[in-house]
Amino acid sequence: MTELTNILPSMATVLQVIMIAVKCVIIAGIVMNLPIILVWLERKVAGHIQQRPGPMRIGPHGLLQSVADGIKLIFKEDIIPSKADKIVFIIAPVIALIPAMTVFVTIPFGDSIMIPYINQEVTLYIADFNVAILFILAVGGISVYGFMLGGWASNSKYALLGSIRAAAQMISYEVAFSFAAIGVVMMTNSLSLVDIVHAQDGWFTNWNILYLPVGPVWFCIFFVAALAELNRIPFDMSEDEGSLAAGYQVEYSGMKFSLFALAEYSAMVSISVLCVIFFFGGWNAPIPGIPIVPPVLWLIGKTFVFIYFFMVIRFTLPRYRYDQLMTIGWKVLIPLSLVMILITGLMRILL
Amino acid sequence: MSENENIEDREELLSTKKVTISMGPQHPSAHGVLHLILEMQGEKILRAEPDIGYLHRGTEKIAENLLYHQFTPYTDRLDYMSAMSNNMAYVMAVEKALGIEGDIPDRAEYLRVIVAELARCASHLLGIGAWAVDMGALTAFLYCIREREMCLDLFEMISGARMTCSYMRVGGVRYDADQKFFDKVRDFVRILPEKLDEYNKLLTGNRIWIQRNRDIGAISAEDAINFGFTGPNLRASGVPWDIRKDTPYSVYDRFDFDVPVGEKGDCFDRYLLRMAEMRQSLRIIEQALDSMPDGPIAVDIPDVVPPAKDAIYDNMENLIHHFKYVSSGFTVPEGEVYSAIEGPKGILGVYILSDGTEKPYRLKLRVPSFVNLQVMDFLSKETYMADVVAILSSLDPVFGECDK
Repeated sequence: MTELTNILPSMATVLQVIMIAVKCVIIAGIVMNLPIILVWLERKVAGHIQQRPGPMRIGPHGLLQSVADGIKLIFKEDIIPSKADKIVFIIAPVIALIPAMTVFVTIPFGDSIMIPYINQEVTLYIADFNVAILFILAVGGISVYGFMLGGWASNSKYALLGSIRAAAQMISYEVAFSFAAIGVVMMTNSLSLVDIVHAQDGWFTNWNILYLPVGPVWFCIFFVAALAELNRIPFDMSEDEGSLAAGYQVEYSGMKFSLFALAEYSAMVSISVLCVIFFFGGWNAPIPGIPIVPPVLWLIGKTFVFIYFFMVIRFTLPRYRYDQLMTIGWKVLIPLSLVMILITGLMRILL
Repeated sequence: MSENENIEDREELLSTKKVTISMGPQHPSAHGVLHLILEMQGEKILRAEPDIGYLHRGTEKIAENLLYHQFTPYTDRLDYMSAMSNNMAYVMAVEKALGIEGDIPDRAEYLRVIVAELARCASHLLGIGAWAVDMGALTAFLYCIREREMCLDLFEMISGARMTCSYMRVGGVRYDADQKFFDKVRDFVRILPEKLDEYNKLLTGNRIWIQRNRDIGAISAEDAINFGFTGPNLRASGVPWDIRKDTPYSVYDRFDFDVPVGEKGDCFDRYLLRMAEMRQSLRIIEQALDSMPDGPIAVDIPDVVPPAKDAIYDNMENLIHHFKYVSSGFTVPEGEVYSAIEGPKGILGVYILSDGTEKPYRLKLRVPSFVNLQVMDFLSKETYMADVVAILSSLDPVFGECDK
């Protein structure tokens, strides 16, 4: 009997595992379903910018439009080109989607809360890595394989050009993106996202964006690189419908196509959350004495501001040309971030 | 030795190949049905060969089998963005062949000028809008469409049709305009400049828009003339050649307007020029509205112009007259004429060879889209793939017209 209790995990551990499983399911559910709202939101934002109502027919103010679209995409014929590399063609959207979702493992939505009846403190993140930033950069970098393989496997010239562009663009901007993350690490002295937020506790003047003079510049570098990572206008080279029709996803249809879309929207959410965590104090309220609004809502609210911002940009700007995009990446962002690392380092040592 | 061989093998493995891409005819920025065969080294263009004819309907041949007045609706379908201008080019040529070009009543001429300039605005708006959407600026496109919609509404008011208007007839225009129409035109003249400023804000000062268009597809004045450029594309290269000004037709000599010219002849100049031309068109429209004369809207030549529709219901002679007109048309004296107008896309010329019957023996259209398009290879060499889209959009071809 005593042997058995030694082998069996303790009650606390079991509870811990259950908690993690529940959190995983909740976050996966939210992230998988968020695109439904975001697609609707994006179309509404587009509509209102362009002085038209946007989707209006299905549900109140077209709220169920993306549900209808999702159902349509599920039932659509799933075309695989006859000369395509079938296995790669099928797994490419999955490769694009999984890293975009995996990033959410490290993202803290709040500090921790007490659950009343079981008297258990629950953290509002799945895992607090001490190398969370490295994890995000590494995992996020994998998703480019999805775009690359998808374009390659389609056996179409447009798709191939699209995937070449996607690969070149993502690799170039990954550098600037990582440098911006290094900037954040230098400003907060930690690689853990939870610690990064805790370093910005208190008044909004503690936020990294106001870590003058380098904070705003780091934010700009991060934001521009993030736009490029997200493949959104003005940097949506890989699906440039002006010259490449639809780029790497030109041969995709039905559910596979929507998996790519799901990956893009998940990436947009995670990048927006990262913007908030890195530069805008995470779940902290701008002024500490506002207890009515729970911290999670602060994080969600700030995140939606960024998502909205991404959408407005998409419907305001034209897109860059491929070589101009590379010029910005290699000749502007990377040298600038190197200089900023120097300045930030000096500030850390001297101040 | 063996190592060298290996390296050579490898270089052959790694050498890049030329890729031939068929851009179009089903492509979002093919501007209709252009099939552009691009030979590319990576993203660089080595050769761009336009393959046209996907919208060929044999318009010129059709004309040989139709009465003169029956051909007007076919001209609507040439440059379907500016049906009014095409109508004008054709009816003016027939009038010249009939020798009645001096007899057209002033009111008809003024109405023609107003709708033709509206058509120029509509065409330029769509041209710029489609260009913007090819560059990724979807919002600018929808803004342009919004104002083009006003033009189309005006066409609907005056002719009953939005795009295929067939408003003009040999000898004048089909319907008179009422005060309501003039008021609406005035509204448009008042509103469009504000909206043009809006596009200016969205595009002209936009760094990305400038980078995508400045110094792209630049063509010198000499080359432009040698390639047979006309219209906005020629004027963007700095040649002030506008036949509304240089060989005035209709009543254009009565209006005061400028002919804007560009400097570099690149895509950005072509864009600025179209923006400036719309403002000049509005000036012409305004002057025409101010000095709109009263009077008939068609010549009083019974052979050419049938009686009004409501006059035929209770009058036998008018009914016979109308029947005669629609069934056998009118004869045009033997001879050949060429007449041209300054269309929105360039000089639209109509050549008619008449053998003295009711149908043209041969009709030839000189369409600007076709002539402008031949420069694609010249301008696209050594540019990037995305530039080809910008160049194509800046030439603003319409394939109803190009393929005829």
